[in-house]
Amino acid sequence: MFKDITIGQYIAGKSVVHKLDARLKLILTFLFIIILFVVTKPSSYFFLTLATILVILMTKIPLGYYLKGLKPMLFIIIFTVFINLFLTPGDVVWQLNVFGLTAKITLQGIKMGLIILLRLTLLVCGTSILTLTTSPIMLTDAIEAVLSPLKVIKVPAHEIAMMMSIAIRFIPTIAEEADKIIKAQKARGADFESGNIIMRAKAMIPLLVPLFVSAFRRADELATAMDSRCYHGGANRTRMKQMKLCKTDYMAIIYCGAFIVLVAIIGYIL
Amino acid sequence: MIKIEHLNYIYQPGMPYEMQALKDINLEIPDKDFVAVIGHTGSGKSTLIQHLNGLIKPTSGKIYINDIEITDSKTNMKEIRQKVGLVFQYPENQLFEETVYKDIAFGPKNMGISDEEIEIRVKEAIHAVNLSEEVLEKSPFELSGGQKRRVAIAGVISMHPEILILDEPTAGLDPSGRDRLLELLTNLHENTKMTIILVSHSMEDVARVAKNIIVMNNGSVYAHEPVAKVFERGAELEKIGLAVPQVTMLINRLIEKGAKLPRDIYTVGYATKIISDIMKGNSDV
Repeated sequence: MFKDITIGQYIAGKSVVHKLDARLKLILTFLFIIILFVVTKPSSYFFLTLATILVILMTKIPLGYYLKGLKPMLFIIIFTVFINLFLTPGDVVWQLNVFGLTAKITLQGIKMGLIILLRLTLLVCGTSILTLTTSPIMLTDAIEAVLSPLKVIKVPAHEIAMMMSIAIRFIPTIAEEADKIIKAQKARGADFESGNIIMRAKAMIPLLVPLFVSAFRRADELATAMDSRCYHGGANRTRMKQMKLCKTDYMAIIYCGAFIVLVAIIGYIL
Repeated sequence: MIKIEHLNYIYQPGMPYEMQALKDINLEIPDKDFVAVIGHTGSGKSTLIQHLNGLIKPTSGKIYINDIEITDSKTNMKEIRQKVGLVFQYPENQLFEETVYKDIAFGPKNMGISDEEIEIRVKEAIHAVNLSEEVLEKSPFELSGGQKRRVAIAGVISMHPEILILDEPTAGLDPSGRDRLLELLTNLHENTKMTIILVSHSMEDVARVAKNIIVMNNGSVYAHEPVAKVFERGAELEKIGLAVPQVTMLINRLIEKGAKLPRDIYTVGYATKIISDIMKGNSDV
């Protein structure tokens, strides 16, 4: 029941994309998202799509994982595409009168619909590339590194990153615990599957109470263990794995920089 | 009676972590038996017992409880879970109600038993685990570790199972808590004639309470024999990562040194009796 949670699923691999510095990947993903929402020309989207497909192929991760990421977004994507398709004013290419209401599709609407479709799909795929190729630990380290300039204005970058990595670390542990408690309560005749929504919500109490109790106990024990080993947060801590930019990273910066310039020029000229 | 025929279980079939946890298990456990399941970590003990009340469905094979095939998808699982009570490892982690009374009543309530009958059962269960009725109105979270565990066991006993399975019930208890729990199991077995299946790592515990032993090794049944017979095979047990009780080890050493002692000694009480008998008889020890 809880065994297949795939939040921020990471697929280990040895591709170039996997090996890139996590900080760089994080920044590039942000840039990618910004570009996606800034550009408006269809030709720019053509190149963005091409580039995304190229990177997806470079990750050597089966396409299915990306499609799985799109699935929960499907409804939102279709919904926004339709809104744009029907509600953009402009040159009418098709219209239908039903009960005095007019549904019309305009040329501009088709264009907008397509752009939105590409924008959202690329958004999901682009961020999936980041999470699929970066281990959660590397990702939180990268977040810390990217947030660290904000320490000047007292943003606790290290603590935020630490909390995130602990939370991610304990997802499988708590899922396992939940599985065990479900089994134990089922053995006492608990029924988690049938009944209406209120009955089901009530049936969750025998699961949730012990789960919270154990989660709090675990958190308490972890805090004690960290305290007893003199953990005191971010100041002056060094890392076992230093993050260092290497040749591939510089190459990636050059390629991506060139690509951004290209998209900008195309967007400006065409 | 429990009957298991050609039971196989594979974890995550078709995945890279595929593993055969149980291999062709064939067992028969008669009514009113007190049987211990021993085996090293990962030998399939816990997987096996979770099959017995349908929490895990076998990959292949059949399981019968009193001639009802529980592996059949049409079988009413609630009924089976009432007949086969399962106490998990660290059962105190499953307590959730506001009061001990409500927690013990959870099982019977799920079975649809009347409130009057539930009250009788809860009181009977709390006595069976040697706790006073005063505890019933307390929150389970106020109790000590050993008491919590007793309450959790009472929560299963109150369902009046015909078969009671306990997975490592003495793990993490102090010596006196362990003694009292084992005594409780022996009393339960004698008073109610319940079939008890005890999963344990501790050979001492097993030697003290069980009649028969099932030895599991790498997902198969290595032996299913009376306690004395199993512990006679000390050398074999050591090969599969298990040991005999310390007192049996001592007796074996004495026999090696030339003492004339029987080989079926596996409790301290019996050993004391035999040795003092011999000493009284002034025989050549």
